[in-house]
Amino acid sequence: MSIALPPVAPRRSLVVRRSTHSPALTLVGALVLVILLTIAPWIVPAQFATTLTNFFILVIMATMWNLLAGYAGMVSIGQQAFVGLGAYATLYFALKGVNPFVTIPLSALVCAILAVPITYLLFRLRGGYFSIATWVVSDTALLIIGTIALLGGGTGRSVPGLQNLSPSETAHFSYLATWFVALIVVTGTYILLRSRMGLVLASIRDNEVAARSAGVNVRAARRTIFIVAAAGCGAAGAVLAISQPFVQPSNEFNLQWAAEMLFVSMIGGLGTIEGPIIGSIIFFALQQTLQQQGVWYLIIVGALAVAIALWLPRGLWGAFRARFHTELLPVGHWVDQLGDDD
Amino acid sequence: MSGPLLQVDALTVHHGQLCAIDDVSFSIDEGEILAVIGANGAGKSTLLRTIAGLHHPTSGSVLLDGQVINALPPNRRVALGVSLVPEGRRLFSSMTLEENLQVGAYHANPGPFDIKRVYELFDWMPSRRKQSVWQLSGGEQQAVAIGRALVANPRVLLLDELSLGLAPIVIEKIYALVPDIIAQGVSILIVEQDVSQGVSAADRVHCLLEGRTSMTGTPAELTSEEIDRAYFGAGLSSTMPESGAAS
Amino acid sequence: MIWLNIVIQGALVGGFYALFACGLSLMFGVLKVINLAHGDMAVVAGYAAVFLAPRLHLPELWSFLVVVPVFALVGYVVQRTLIQKSIDRDPFTTLLVTFGLSVVIENLLLEVYSANGQTVNIGSLIGRSWHPASIIYVSYVSLGVLAAAVLVLLALQLFLSKSGLGRMIRAVADDQEAAQLSGANYRHIFGIAAAIAFATVALAGIAYGMMTQFAPTSGGVNLLFAFEVVVIGGIGSLWGTLVGGIALGIAQQFGAHINLSYQILAGNILFLLVLAVRPQGLFGRKNAVS
Ligand SMILES: Nc1ncnc2c1ncn2[C@@H]1O[C@H](COP(=O)(O)OP(=O)(O)O)[C@@H](O)[C@H]1O
Ligand SMILES: [Mg+2]
Repeated sequence: MSIALPPVAPRRSLVVRRSTHSPALTLVGALVLVILLTIAPWIVPAQFATTLTNFFILVIMATMWNLLAGYAGMVSIGQQAFVGLGAYATLYFALKGVNPFVTIPLSALVCAILAVPITYLLFRLRGGYFSIATWVVSDTALLIIGTIALLGGGTGRSVPGLQNLSPSETAHFSYLATWFVALIVVTGTYILLRSRMGLVLASIRDNEVAARSAGVNVRAARRTIFIVAAAGCGAAGAVLAISQPFVQPSNEFNLQWAAEMLFVSMIGGLGTIEGPIIGSIIFFALQQTLQQQGVWYLIIVGALAVAIALWLPRGLWGAFRARFHTELLPVGHWVDQLGDDD
Repeated sequence: MSGPLLQVDALTVHHGQLCAIDDVSFSIDEGEILAVIGANGAGKSTLLRTIAGLHHPTSGSVLLDGQVINALPPNRRVALGVSLVPEGRRLFSSMTLEENLQVGAYHANPGPFDIKRVYELFDWMPSRRKQSVWQLSGGEQQAVAIGRALVANPRVLLLDELSLGLAPIVIEKIYALVPDIIAQGVSILIVEQDVSQGVSAADRVHCLLEGRTSMTGTPAELTSEEIDRAYFGAGLSSTMPESGAAS
Repeated sequence: MIWLNIVIQGALVGGFYALFACGLSLMFGVLKVINLAHGDMAVVAGYAAVFLAPRLHLPELWSFLVVVPVFALVGYVVQRTLIQKSIDRDPFTTLLVTFGLSVVIENLLLEVYSANGQTVNIGSLIGRSWHPASIIYVSYVSLGVLAAAVLVLLALQLFLSKSGLGRMIRAVADDQEAAQLSGANYRHIFGIAAAIAFATVALAGIAYGMMTQFAPTSGGVNLLFAFEVVVIGGIGSLWGTLVGGIALGIAQQFGAHINLSYQILAGNILFLLVLAVRPQGLFGRKNAVS
């Protein structure tokens, strides 16, 4: 962390805080938000519930991508592999008679397990080569899934077990499932980053060589993060398969998922918890307003992301935070000096 | 020319928070040899790399012929006659001996040195010019690194720890070249951790201690006790804590 | 005979892959940048050949005479502006920026030219082939592309080893700081390397359009192949690129022989195998693997 400290006189006391404002206030605010978002499908129009579902799917993915890239320095452009695998795991379990909603944690687990051997291959490559290799893995997963007739081959198949629900029930329940997964993913990431792992990642980010020589097992930390992100994206895939229950390789394994995760995290701010959420809001606002204009929203979002990467590398939230010294979900520490002047 | 050829004026250089060079000043006249000595980590390489343009000073300046060259990138400084033989030699590893020299000669200034002249200086080179540089011994690689800098025809040659990792007999051979180079009107700034080597070759000596100038003078007027004190810091055993300034 | 045909067809398409990959390899070797928009640049070149060359009253077959030099220029400019700016930040940013560009380019092409397939029209040449034995057909176009690939690699090899500028490019690739100390303006050298990379990818894009249909989304899959070629052949090795291209081509033909839907999968599996067994590739130095 590069918080420039003022020169400290020896006998002054320092106070270390997590946050710049009262934690109680944050907690109350968060509770109100959670309640509002939980009852949202009953108070907003039906098609808006679907939009909200898609929004939270993106929040899940972007939070996971941000964990990978923003905190652990791994630029994956193949995270759609786990979105797809999660969706297909849900399809598979549902075909075996499991309630689709119950499959969500199972699918996340499947993705976490699959991620383990994949890291042993991918971690042989660095930087950009790692990035494209993640894509090859995703492409390979797509092609293999496409050959399995039970899962609908290349043309796809609907997820069974949802037919006895009415369309509005499906919409409500899949919204609730998505929102809860998003809540768990965001809070889980927050807790993870406040744990020892957060410190380890920060030390790697500051200086990988120094961290290594200080005894940090960089590779193991990266592996853990990769597996967590795979599980998260797998859960996103599972809720995707429930909310849009026709599962199809070209849709579930679409590179566009990776593009959206990346753009949203970059625009909002890499390396902050809030960034991907704010990026997702901007993304959806643009998508909704430019709906009639085909893919222009993607072009604009992409160009915006490139510009932000070049000129505002900590993203909109990072820039805002730097200016106003505020954090909603702090994972670092602030050091204050109890001076004689106050 | 009236003033000094190369001048370093109140130079301060940071690596992040760490102050590696702290308010250092000196100058070199045409045809002069200056040795900068100092222990490991004293800031010698940082000093040379700043003169060559690879680091940017926090304050102070580097002047050539009285002109401030702080803003110029390394390649422009080469064109003005400042060449650095970097620590660790840094040869182009995918290339042959001759190709390394050709790279040095590609943007060369006019002057006495060319590849032919380097081959005369190191008579073993022509027969091995097609060899990859990683097949050469450490001393031979150092010679190639010097040759690569010389063919650019510098006016001031910056040599960073020539003797590092070389056998004494090899070091002696390399230092034997210094008069030949000076004879062509080139000034030399030698950086050495090995005190005797630096001092014996130089007209003047400048000692760095944790980024600061701890002593200057000519080899004749300096006693070895003075040098030791400047090199290791005053009263090594008694005032140890005081020397933590640079870290 | 079937096997011979697999090898021949694989080698033919492998030539195209090598042509496609050598720019990627050069950019990585010199700039240490992976251009994730590499594939999309090729597609842009294809569209330029189809839509812009005719306006200059140039047959599409000869469009490369204009498109390639224009791309070299664009490569230099893009390098000195966008890519250099991202390199100055950190390697991480180059990935974000080139991936962003890739998505922007692809979607712009979709908006402007729609998702319809296009081909570079080369008249009757397309159907002609050499027929040396019963089931073996060697298409003239593929043969021409293979020849072009070998020529380009040969020319690059000569340029990099024999010319002063080429040596400077290698010097920057070996040790950027030491090259600067030898008088190299590394940004300019980066620009030259990018210009060459863009020129070769333009050629590859036009060749692609002669061999098969392309669409705005064709860039991605081609980047994937190019990347596999570079890793299989060995990162940073020019001739490794050709061998990697041919190996990938043969693997894909072999997969397609078993079942048409295994074509790309077989290539991916070869790639993953190389990664598992010999991560530095067939001809590679060990500097891109950890
Ligand atoms: N690129 C760098 N980044 C951070 N610190 C550096 C860097 N180069 C040198 N230093 C630090 O600066 C100090 C001086 O180093 P250096 O100039 O290499 O000394 P010398 O050449 O005299 O051994 C040392 O403490 C070293 O660790
Ligand atoms: Mg040094």
